[in-house]
Amino acid sequence: MLNYDFKWSILWTDPYGGWILEGVATTIKLGVLCCIFSMLLGIVIGTLRITQFKPLRIFAEAYTEFFRDIPLLVQLFFWYFAVPSLLPENMRTWVYQEIPDFEFWIVVVGLSLYSSSRVAEQIRAGINSISPDQFNAALSTGFSHYQAYRYIIIPLAIRLVIPPLTTEILTIFKNTALAMTVGVLETTFMSQQVEAYTFHGLEATTAACLIYMIITLIVVGAMGRIEKRLAVPGLIIRKGANS
Amino acid sequence: MNFEWQVISNNFFFLMGGLVTTFELALIAIAGGLTLGILVGMGRLSKFKFIYYPATLFVNLMRTQPLILVIFWFYFLVPLIIGRPIGGFTSAVIAFTIFEASYFAEIIRAGIQSISKGQMEAAYSSGFTYWQAMRYFIIPQALKNMMPSLITQAVVVFQDTSLAYVIGLREFLRSANIVDAREMRSVELYLFVGLVYFIVCFSMSRICKKLELKKGYA
Repeated sequence: MLNYDFKWSILWTDPYGGWILEGVATTIKLGVLCCIFSMLLGIVIGTLRITQFKPLRIFAEAYTEFFRDIPLLVQLFFWYFAVPSLLPENMRTWVYQEIPDFEFWIVVVGLSLYSSSRVAEQIRAGINSISPDQFNAALSTGFSHYQAYRYIIIPLAIRLVIPPLTTEILTIFKNTALAMTVGVLETTFMSQQVEAYTFHGLEATTAACLIYMIITLIVVGAMGRIEKRLAVPGLIIRKGANS
Repeated sequence: MNFEWQVISNNFFFLMGGLVTTFELALIAIAGGLTLGILVGMGRLSKFKFIYYPATLFVNLMRTQPLILVIFWFYFLVPLIIGRPIGGFTSAVIAFTIFEASYFAEIIRAGIQSISKGQMEAAYSSGFTYWQAMRYFIIPQALKNMMPSLITQAVVVFQDTSLAYVIGLREFLRSANIVDAREMRSVELYLFVGLVYFIVCFSMSRICKKLELKKGYA
């Protein structure tokens, strides 16, 4: 059945092992940057979704629908192929050739925008789960609208949405694999490059699987600690977060 | 920059051929993923350890992996197991079915758990076996309760099929990509692709919202 000559040693043969490690570094860099940007943007959009001011609310709603209903890969291709071609000829060449790691930054933009719409949904759900009494109490204590959000609602909401945000962070790290399609040399790309050079695709892909698994475990562990530290006193925290 | 929308009409049938492949892949993946997902979801609630642990391991393993990698993995593995090369479509179908099953399984599990224990006991005491009770009472109700989540996941599967691009399957995105390589009209093509995906997904999510409101689901 399986007549395949497994050769796991290619994973630590020079230069293939080094390639994969470089890929991991890129994956982590990409994932962390996208997490930061999408969180910041997601918090803003998520808050806008529940403001009283209608135009802003509609904008935020359109934003989330728009980015959520188009596959990420299509969005990345749009940013990578279509947007530069809107530029004049000489600027386009400049963009592709002179900007260092152009593909990398395109993915940061595309993935952050895409993920921010998902984060926004979680933030909105978090804010909605806070009882309006909190808000009224803040107002009656003399807080302005903005201050009530800034000091009471948002800090509470962020702490409440840490579990769903963990899922989003994991999704972001998994989605960085799509960066290979525009030529970012991250883990998945490198594993396919190893397969192209050695024809040992199964080993290389399995190694990449393990790497993503380890990243997941690290993120889950770290977020569990954060969740425990930031737990709102008096609320039931998720089972397992305090282990 | 001037737009030339003729690129869409000139290659309309080619692009639609890709869209048909996308729909085929999505439908098979949803049907297969849901079927396998029901079994795995039941396994996740099994009291037999030799069923519970493999099912749990499978779900947790799949959920840590990027889909793109799973597609590659089956692309390499399946030909080895059956000993002959298979097309991109078959290997994509296998990868999608197995990958999406892990997501459907969690939805089904939540659905089964949302049904009161009394139902199962009532079924048992009326002389139904486990499989009959599941088949006629529990699963239909679980599916109904979970309809909004299932539709959302179906939309996700539909979007995910664009990843079959990486193994060269000529689905919607790949077709647009091929046309783009020939005609160099990225903006028009990718806007068109985005628009088609948006229309399909947006209408599905509207249906989903309506269902939630109508049935009063949380």
